[in-house]
Amino acid sequence: MENEKLSLPNYTIPEDLQNVVAITTLDRLYNWGRRSSVWPLMFGLACCAIEMIAAQTARYDMARFGMEVMRPTPRQADMMLVSGTVTKKMLPSIIRLYNQMPEPKYVVAMGACASSGGPFKEGYNVVAGIDKFLPVDVYIPGCPPTPQALIAGMIKLQEKIDKQSIKHVTWYNKEKKDGNYVPMPILGPDLIDVRRNAEIRDVAAAKESA
Amino acid sequence: MATPVLTQTVDLAARFPGKVSADARPGYAGIIVNKENLVEVATAVRDEFGFDLLTAVTGVDYIAENKMEVVYHAYKTTGGAGLVFRVQVERVDPIEVPSLINIWPGVDFQEREAWDLYGIKFTGHPDLRRILMWEGFEGHPLRKDWKEPFFEEEVKPFKSRWPDGQHTFAENKNPFRDNLNFPKDFDPEKYVVDKEEDLYMSLERDTTKDVEGNMKTDHIVVNMGPHHPSTHGVLRVAVQLDGETIIGLKPVMGYLHRNHDKIGERNTYLQNIPYTDRLDYFNSMSNNFGYVTTVEKLMKIPVAERAEYIRVIMAELSRIQNHLIFIGMLMNDLGTMYTPSLYAFEERELVLDIFEAVSGARMMCNYFRFGGVVRDIPDFAMQKIKDLVFERLPAKTDEMERFLNENEILVARLKGIHVLNAEDAIKYSVTGPVLRATGVPYDLRRADPYSIYDRFDFDVAVRQNGDMMDNYLIRFDEIRQSLRILEQAIKQIPQGPINSQKAAYQVRVPAGEAYGRIESPKGELAFYIVSNGKPNAYRYHVRPASFVNLTAVESMCKGSKIADFVALLAMLDIVMGELDR
Amino acid sequence: MYGKGILKGLSVTWKRFWDTYTDDISWMLRGKKRYNSDEGIRHRSSKDTKGIFTVQYPEEQLIVPEEFRYVPFLVYDEGADGKKEVRCTSCGICAKVCPPQCIWIVRTNDPSTGRPVPVPTDFFVDMDICMNCGFCAEYCPFDAIKMDHDFDIASYQRNVYNLEKLMKPASYYAGIRPENYTREEEARKAKEAAKAAKAEANAAAA
Ligand code: SF4
Ligand code: SF4
Ligand code: SF4
Repeated sequence: MENEKLSLPNYTIPEDLQNVVAITTLDRLYNWGRRSSVWPLMFGLACCAIEMIAAQTARYDMARFGMEVMRPTPRQADMMLVSGTVTKKMLPSIIRLYNQMPEPKYVVAMGACASSGGPFKEGYNVVAGIDKFLPVDVYIPGCPPTPQALIAGMIKLQEKIDKQSIKHVTWYNKEKKDGNYVPMPILGPDLIDVRRNAEIRDVAAAKESA
Repeated sequence: MATPVLTQTVDLAARFPGKVSADARPGYAGIIVNKENLVEVATAVRDEFGFDLLTAVTGVDYIAENKMEVVYHAYKTTGGAGLVFRVQVERVDPIEVPSLINIWPGVDFQEREAWDLYGIKFTGHPDLRRILMWEGFEGHPLRKDWKEPFFEEEVKPFKSRWPDGQHTFAENKNPFRDNLNFPKDFDPEKYVVDKEEDLYMSLERDTTKDVEGNMKTDHIVVNMGPHHPSTHGVLRVAVQLDGETIIGLKPVMGYLHRNHDKIGERNTYLQNIPYTDRLDYFNSMSNNFGYVTTVEKLMKIPVAERAEYIRVIMAELSRIQNHLIFIGMLMNDLGTMYTPSLYAFEERELVLDIFEAVSGARMMCNYFRFGGVVRDIPDFAMQKIKDLVFERLPAKTDEMERFLNENEILVARLKGIHVLNAEDAIKYSVTGPVLRATGVPYDLRRADPYSIYDRFDFDVAVRQNGDMMDNYLIRFDEIRQSLRILEQAIKQIPQGPINSQKAAYQVRVPAGEAYGRIESPKGELAFYIVSNGKPNAYRYHVRPASFVNLTAVESMCKGSKIADFVALLAMLDIVMGELDR
Repeated sequence: MYGKGILKGLSVTWKRFWDTYTDDISWMLRGKKRYNSDEGIRHRSSKDTKGIFTVQYPEEQLIVPEEFRYVPFLVYDEGADGKKEVRCTSCGICAKVCPPQCIWIVRTNDPSTGRPVPVPTDFFVDMDICMNCGFCAEYCPFDAIKMDHDFDIASYQRNVYNLEKLMKPASYYAGIRPENYTREEEARKAKEAAKAAKAEANAAAA
């Protein structure tokens, strides 16, 4: 967002809120600060990661959006760019990384694979979309999304950040502190989502024996 | 190309009467070895017949004949045709075949893969664990009677798509509403999680230091990856460290195992082409090349003359950009953060522009078809190819060399580190630039020419020391040679049709087997395809260069420092899409 | 001398740093626009590019070649009174050839005769499975499905496109792929002319 816009809150402020007008501008300031420094987790999964790298290089230069600071450690990252096929074997690591990221955190599913499993959906070792486990904020179709398409997706994410309000965001809510914690799946005979243990047991029991 | 091994067959049959027999199935070549005599015959194949390089080991499940087969492809590093030999065993568990790891240590990972995906036990293999899937996974997925959770039909196209193709998510057809499948009466709460003790036990320990008099240091095990900025994707390695020195190391892969083989056996032949793009995703053009040449071998069709040249042009451009990226990434891992890789990516973008103009996509080109290519090179793209080949790329390669080659820090980090000698390299079935850097002039474009490479005048780039520095420099040599090939190809390219076949979405592939290999930028990329005359491949196997080259990693880095290991991974030029498939 | 190689390398970076300005200045002196102009973007993608290489998406966009492909769309011809005549005959070839099998087609049956009619009742493409391979466009015998240039399709949910969302007019297609469009139109006209000539000959013979 251009800096000038920041100081021009064109909200029509309801009468009863007139004296808290600072909050709306604070929202803008807050969101402007966050949207312009979305630090991605340095984390590549598959082919899409190469386009992600390409988007960081000179021709596309994501630094223009304040997104060039790829952090290898999840503790300093704001956004997880799931760039590629999520396999069952890899999933526990991804969930662990996600749980280590501090709030506010965003997940962007880059490419067909991360969104739904993509061309490899039918594969026995492929998770049918990271949204089965993590809350995805933006889906970017494409296989791979070109760097420009990725940047277009990032702009969508920025738009989403713009719409958030400091009053409603969950991460300052004391009761929901652990709201986004995802329990680690286990690698058993197949991927075990521990939240669904009972269901897995029931279906497996009802299964016809082979 | 199905019969170049015939002479050897005769020899072997005479040498081992009663122990081997010729493969009589139509379309097949090579010999069948009795299981009991496998080690004996294999030793003779290596020592007496001189097939020192065992490139591929893979299983095939002939469920109708109730047979499990292991196919071996052996070649000579001096060039020439190869030898196919195979073992057939009853398809009753436990399926056991003697391991050849003592003859060709390079079979290590490939045998583990066959165990993982086919459940073939290689007796005598010291570390037979699952490699692509995890320990504890249920079943051996490449067996023909094993069905994945989202299984819909044996082969594509699926009937539910047309004429009554109501859109449904695959999830809705699965009882778990997810890509999951559990054995009957499975109880997740009682499941004992595998602690990967086997992996850690397999790491080598150095006990000699513990004798009295020496300072005792505890060994520690460090897990690098699968999320690690310098493992080039999602590779994981478990390292046993003594201080900073590596004493044992095991790569753990499969974090990007996308079931390429299984999906490939459901796909029609044509549908596999875009999937091959996603193997070594830096070089989709080379992958296409390897796959279509293999299928063309089976189909016995010629390739249009102009298309041959276009293919070579694309493959060599691909090699150049791959090597440039290699240099950039190696520098990243050495700590020269970003500048060289930014320079490299700039040239790569220009090459990708060409790919985009001819094929429509930057990375996943899907450009080759059986008998030719999809479309001709448009004029403006041809002009750009000329511009790059004759002007820009030579200049930029020089610039890159000026930029880096004499840098003292770089030289200190590369020279004399991780030396691989020629003997070991061959032993571990290493191919590609890594092999050539050890002094073995083995380049498939010369050793076993495919396509039209025999028409071009170029040298096989060779370096002698086999250390990191040579591995780095040989990439520049190869770029230069590729430019030479490109110059000739651009000058010679004839006019004419770009495909010898009519465009058809279904191709007829006669029954038989074919093993086609090309010199991809990372090494030998080969496809092993078994056809039974149906529209889908019966067995579709990729022999990726990265995967096999990685076999040598343990012996290469023993005794060196952990910081150098990062550079070693870059040097092997692995790419996970191809490694894990 | 230790450090000579490093200095040599630095000379390269220095030159590239310097180039960043020389190119900009020379364009300025010649009174031409290096940024936000097609000519400038083309120059930056050519062999002569040096200096700033960045294409400032979204303010400027790379000029994609005609063959560029992203996701498929269905072409419709604008009939009389603005009716959308979709070219697809629901022959099913694209659904059969699609490698990840992400095309679903519902064929229409004529209620009176029960025979299929050549328009799809519905058509789905799961954009989050599509691998952008272009096979559907390549093998469609009716030039009914084509690959789009529009890549700005990121959204906040899964993307399954139905017939309505897939349809784009032929004029749009002609805009993004002029050469292909002209070639196909010519082929189509030639085919129709041949058909008409044949019909005429038949009529004359009868
Ligand atoms: S979406 Fe396509 S390019 Fe991206 S990871 Fe999946 S297969 Fe690779
Ligand atoms: S191939 Fe063309 S005409 Fe046939 S169903 Fe597909 S889009 Fe329609
Ligand atoms: S582009 Fe390829 S994957 Fe996508 S719908 Fe067409 S055929 Fe299917």
